[in-house]
Amino acid sequence: MDLMQLTAVELGKKIKNKEVTVKECVEAALAQMDAVEGQIHSFVTIDREGALKKAEEVQAKIDAGELTGPLAGVPVAIKDNMCTEGLLTTCSSKILYNFVPTYTSEAVLNLEKAGAVIIGKTNMDEFAMGSTTETSAFGPTKNPWNTDHVPGGSSGGSCTAVAAEEVPYALGSDTGGSIRQPSSFCGVVGIKPTYGTVSRYGLIAYGSSLDQIGPVAKDVTDCATILEAIASYDPKDSTSVQREEYDFTSALVDDVKGLRIGIPRDYFGEGLDEEVKAAVLGAAKVLEEKGAIVEEFDLSLVEYAIPAYYVIASAEASSNLARFDGVKYGYRTEEYEGLHNMYKKSRSEGFGLEVKRRIMLGSFVLSSGYYDAYYLKALRTKALIKQAFDKAFEKYDVILGPAAPTTAPKLGDSLSDPIKMYLGDIYTISVNLAGLPGLSMPCGIDSKGLPIGVQMIGDCFKEKNIIRAAYAFEQTRTYQRPAMAEKGAE
Amino acid sequence: MANVISDETIEYVGILAKLELSEEEKEQAKKDMGSMLDYIDKLNELDTSRVEPMSHVFPVHNVFREDVVVNGDTREKILANAPKEKDGSFVVPKTVE
Repeated sequence: MDLMQLTAVELGKKIKNKEVTVKECVEAALAQMDAVEGQIHSFVTIDREGALKKAEEVQAKIDAGELTGPLAGVPVAIKDNMCTEGLLTTCSSKILYNFVPTYTSEAVLNLEKAGAVIIGKTNMDEFAMGSTTETSAFGPTKNPWNTDHVPGGSSGGSCTAVAAEEVPYALGSDTGGSIRQPSSFCGVVGIKPTYGTVSRYGLIAYGSSLDQIGPVAKDVTDCATILEAIASYDPKDSTSVQREEYDFTSALVDDVKGLRIGIPRDYFGEGLDEEVKAAVLGAAKVLEEKGAIVEEFDLSLVEYAIPAYYVIASAEASSNLARFDGVKYGYRTEEYEGLHNMYKKSRSEGFGLEVKRRIMLGSFVLSSGYYDAYYLKALRTKALIKQAFDKAFEKYDVILGPAAPTTAPKLGDSLSDPIKMYLGDIYTISVNLAGLPGLSMPCGIDSKGLPIGVQMIGDCFKEKNIIRAAYAFEQTRTYQRPAMAEKGAE
Repeated sequence: MANVISDETIEYVGILAKLELSEEEKEQAKKDMGSMLDYIDKLNELDTSRVEPMSHVFPVHNVFREDVVVNGDTREKILANAPKEKDGSFVVPKTVE
């Protein structure tokens, strides 16, 4: 039996029923990693010993009846920007090449309480700045559907690890589409929850007002189950929101009768690949046939989201990344003259090109004389974008569109032109600006054999609407795995 | 390109960002920042004169909690991450003569 082919919830059931042991699951994950890592490089760190030791501890708790949840004993991969006590956490950056956190991020802690076994830390764009996982200081991750192509980013490693069946599920983080876009490129399901739903405590910050942690898995049931496990109100995160409810799995019903779905015309214009368009509209058609009310509408302001995002995210990044100075942790340059020179040299040598580009831009837009013209202007634009979504959600429960304009580009094609790469985030970025929940799931395969993703966006705190629509759509499809997942398992 | 970034600006931003760029990197940064700002200037098409800047999507106010120590003593572990440490402190280059 190929254990890693199962979903997290299916595997959890088998563990609960004593059909398999936690150790067998961890060993199956490690075996698949051995088979495919050389080709795709999902991981920065693989914690073999730690995972095997943890497997025994978790097994004992399951046997004692202390751990009874759906994810107990199931192996998981964590994006390398979430702190894990005693386990290397690099953000895929040279500046944190040797950083071992002294505490565990709240979201990961919540998973551990649910009995998860962490098997490793996944590769990402450096500090989550990128859309291809090519800006990692430790080399790119490749798409398991075709290793000439990127997996998307920045949570590329989390998505490839799930697609190539190295783990049943993973955690990613999403600042401008970093869960949804790679999920789309890798043919898996990913959710960015409403801002404030999952604690950011222990998540190494990029754009604090935009960052959210979320699940990546093979199906909607897994994602809802994982979200239920990681979401919590956390006084240690001052932007954590006390929600009225933390139940997401009750929305896993195959019923969309009367659900109002809006299709933004502005998401289907110039730049959208014809095959992606056809597959996404096909998904809308399926939901309509199942009883949803599907309508086209004009969302407006779509083209302003990316410039506003890059001002806000870069500004926050320049501030957040000020802490990397070669004093308390991470990389310090070899030779220096005095304190300021040490700071400058450590940072200049420790950060990669894209990170420096954004720190520079962020420092500029926050500098006196430019603050009003750029930073405040972007925050005003953000308010307008939020208003546009508020208006749309008066009429619709779900906004449905593509997750990305194309399927996965080839390695090396995006980095040469930053603005072109930024444009790839056009459908995901405004969701972060408005704090909304968004989900990406597979809806087809293009003529190049690469997965196409459909994105469903909900109003704040209305994850259930998108989970319901996604679950109903999923019932009409069978999960497609890349050939590599199968080959690796042989 | 509408936004021309001067040498002085790049120097100044380098100071703010605490980054030391090589001549080659500076030239690239001038070009990149110029084209990014050209792109960002698109926001000027929008009339935002009657819109308040939105820093947060939800109404937030200061969040207070009791200042209670909940973690144990992790001094040794924290210092283990330091590039240089001595007698329980972080070591930095001499800053006062």
